[in-house]
Amino acid sequence: MGWFDSLVIISDSAVRLAVPLILACLAGLWSERSGVVDIGLEGKMLTGAFAAAAVAVFTGSAWLGLLGGVAASIVVSLIHGYASIDQRANQIVSGTAINMVCDGMTALIGNAIWSQGGRTPQLPDSALFASLTLPFVNEIGAIPIIGDLYRNLLSGHDIVTYFAFLCVPLTYWALYSTRFGLRLRAVGENPAAVDTAGISVRALRYSAVIICGVLVGLSGVYLSIAQAAYFQPHMSAGKGFIALAALVFAKWRPWPALATCLLFGFLDAVSIRMQGAVIPGLGEVPVQAIQALPYVLTVVLLAGFIGKAIPPKASGVPYVKER
Amino acid sequence: MSTPLKPLPAWADVALIPLINVTAAFVISGLVVLAIGENPIEAVKILIGGALGDLEGLGYTLFYATSFIFTGLAVAICFHAGLFNIGVDGQAYLGGLGAALVCLYLPLPGYSLVIVAIPAAALFGAAFAAIPGYLQAKRDSHIVITTIMFNYIASALMGYLLVNTLRNPKQMNPETLPFPRGGTVPQLFELLKPLGIVWPDTPLNLSFFLALAAAVFVWVLIWRTRLGYEIRAVGVNPTAAVYGGVSPSRIVIITTLLSGALAGGLAVNVILGSEHRLVLEFTAGFGFVGIAVALMGRAHPVGIVLAAILFGVLYQGGAELAFDMPRISRDMIVVIQGLVVLFAGALEHLFRRPVAALLARRISQPPI
Repeated sequence: MGWFDSLVIISDSAVRLAVPLILACLAGLWSERSGVVDIGLEGKMLTGAFAAAAVAVFTGSAWLGLLGGVAASIVVSLIHGYASIDQRANQIVSGTAINMVCDGMTALIGNAIWSQGGRTPQLPDSALFASLTLPFVNEIGAIPIIGDLYRNLLSGHDIVTYFAFLCVPLTYWALYSTRFGLRLRAVGENPAAVDTAGISVRALRYSAVIICGVLVGLSGVYLSIAQAAYFQPHMSAGKGFIALAALVFAKWRPWPALATCLLFGFLDAVSIRMQGAVIPGLGEVPVQAIQALPYVLTVVLLAGFIGKAIPPKASGVPYVKER
Repeated sequence: MSTPLKPLPAWADVALIPLINVTAAFVISGLVVLAIGENPIEAVKILIGGALGDLEGLGYTLFYATSFIFTGLAVAICFHAGLFNIGVDGQAYLGGLGAALVCLYLPLPGYSLVIVAIPAAALFGAAFAAIPGYLQAKRDSHIVITTIMFNYIASALMGYLLVNTLRNPKQMNPETLPFPRGGTVPQLFELLKPLGIVWPDTPLNLSFFLALAAAVFVWVLIWRTRLGYEIRAVGVNPTAAVYGGVSPSRIVIITTLLSGALAGGLAVNVILGSEHRLVLEFTAGFGFVGIAVALMGRAHPVGIVLAAILFGVLYQGGAELAFDMPRISRDMIVVIQGLVVLFAGALEHLFRRPVAALLARRISQPPI
């Protein structure tokens, strides 16, 4: 197998691994751009994954599973929203609480229902999102190089994957080209100014929190009923935190978020493929080093050694109207 | 919003509100048990019986509590400086490395080994906390994000070391050789045996007293020393602290160092006190329990010791409960922990307004 084929295969698996990161990262982007810091992405992803699998088990429908996963994630998001917006809580504490409750609750309920240590039964293919074949695969696929890319990299993903990639331009357009987006960004920088203009800070932040719930719920849906065919406790395995790292790394902007998530997905794919591989001149590269790279890169960026990551000015700060 | 809150009487602030918050967390946990289809009162009976019913249960409860006192103090000391250290788990993990390196490679006689290993655990924990602390103080990188990242970096680093360099060559498991006897903290049952007192074989060890000493140390430090005053000043208002001649960046670094050192206590209890060798993922998320413990104990050492014992009861009793009621797995404890963080932390003002209204009405009633 030539290096080109290997590259296509690694890229394909990178895309698959990047999907949950992209969705969760954009979810965090919406929330934090409105001024609500969200470290509870991990917990919401698990909730979405669990609810999607559970609904799919009972109904046999992937689409109902998707609705269930997204609905559950929105409920959790609203709890965080209520604490952050109405109760003016410490948003880090609230996010931590959500991660703990969701991590425990999904495993607990899963175990109580199916008695398999929290795992759901294996889902049949009919209850999963199948991979779609793009049109003209055979015709375009015959062209060298471009054809390989089209057939092996672009085609053959499920609908959630295509939607995740569509979400990037959608988010970009909504944030930078609509009135809603302008106001939402403003509320994350200077809520008092938005309030003075007669626009509800509360309503804007709640809508951002709900959008966040939808997107991060979808990332969970992808994990349990598109990528895998079951839910398993702790199956998000820190992806919510990698998404958070990607958000910081992308400096809270949609297109760089896509690039960062693809990079992190690529590193993940490489680390899986490189188990025990020897690079000439370097020797065996420890898998753990590649796995830790996203976190190390983010810390280096945060430290200001490669550019500066400046969060939205009012993120994490509850808004208090002057009395 | 409506009228500003009147300050509550001190007793309500210190005791009543926290009690209501924690009760709310437990009531919801009870509802969860009910929804699963088990009897919550029966569950509580099994839980308390398993944790406190006999000396063996009590030994395990206090063993867990020891870990939670350390991690709770580590989180709390940062709270006082206005910092949120989510990286206690990773710092404790590295603390285990420090302890193991001393025990495996330093040729020291007898128990002098453990006397060096304990500070080594604290030192490694502190060193690992120092980087996020420095970055927060000098380069303005948010400590919450960096400590989250550092947890994963710790996990990758320790995974590498345990699989590739430190692993006992005769073992498949990623764990080191057992430590020599002098590299262990004596367990209580061994110490009590020569005195003729029968104490069941539990991992409870002398680290428990070290944890209590650490609690006293933190109390003295925070409320009785100049440094503690400066830490609290920075926590309340860093700008005002600067006017008072305090350097916030110096305080941030010192506080995170102390916090990392306290996190190392978890390694002392688990690695030196119980496992007697370095094992993969020994921290078991106990660094995160520290967040719940610190919030529940309102960042005060007395509160932290009480909250740590409560969580010790939950962890030990929860194991018993999962055995007797298999539908309530140990994940229930994580749920309770999260609910405590939610109600005692994020929603701490939820009941303040109704309570304030209630108290105000009682006080303003005309005397008859």
